Amino acid sequence: MEILLDAVSWALILVGSVFLVIGGVGMVRLPDVFARMHGAGIIDTMGACAVLIGLMVQAGLTIVTIKLLLIVVFIMFTSPTTTHALARAALGGGARPQVADSPADADAGEGDSPSKT
Amino acid sequence: MMFAFAAIATLVTMVLTVYRAIKGPTVYDRILAVNTFGTLTVVLISVHGFLAGRPEFLDLALVYALINFIGTIAVSKYVEYSHMGRPSGGDELGDI
Repeated sequence: MEILLDAVSWALILVGSVFLVIGGVGMVRLPDVFARMHGAGIIDTMGACAVLIGLMVQAGLTIVTIKLLLIVVFIMFTSPTTTHALARAALGGGARPQVADSPADADAGEGDSPSKT
Repeated sequence: MMFAFAAIATLVTMVLTVYRAIKGPTVYDRILAVNTFGTLTVVLISVHGFLAGRPEFLDLALVYALINFIGTIAVSKYVEYSHMGRPSGGDELGDI
């Protein structure tokens, strides 16, 4: 039973760490701010929550688990809220999503220029 | 062992996020990067609590998550409803 719990928590922490790095690479490489919110969402939901749930499995039934559960629930509520507010602010401030007309445009999209459509 | 791996992955992601916060062409990229950095700080504090064998650090992580949420909402509302960060003419995106 001990070994099973350890295996489950290590698998969750491993998956969460991999998703954290994937989200970070997405935040660097994706072309505009609305696409980068997708990478931030991967970090918030899949990465952070998987790591924290792995820590919960490691901790067992103590007050530590309750605190970690509070953090996970709070991240689950606040991450979409902040992303929504930020997307509204970006739309109101003049940023527009980059829309690819043809596959050639999608390949030529360089990450550093703001979208002008 | 596994906690150290998670801490290293979190630190690598923090470096990538700081790169986006410094490089990011618009102010919204910077706000997004700072918000993500706050979430990663929460994860790093929790993992470090387990790594050092002192899970009392989770209180700090909880408070940091609350402050991070409120700060991000406040900054995005400030950028949206003030003229700081608005385009000053042309199609150039605003920036602080």
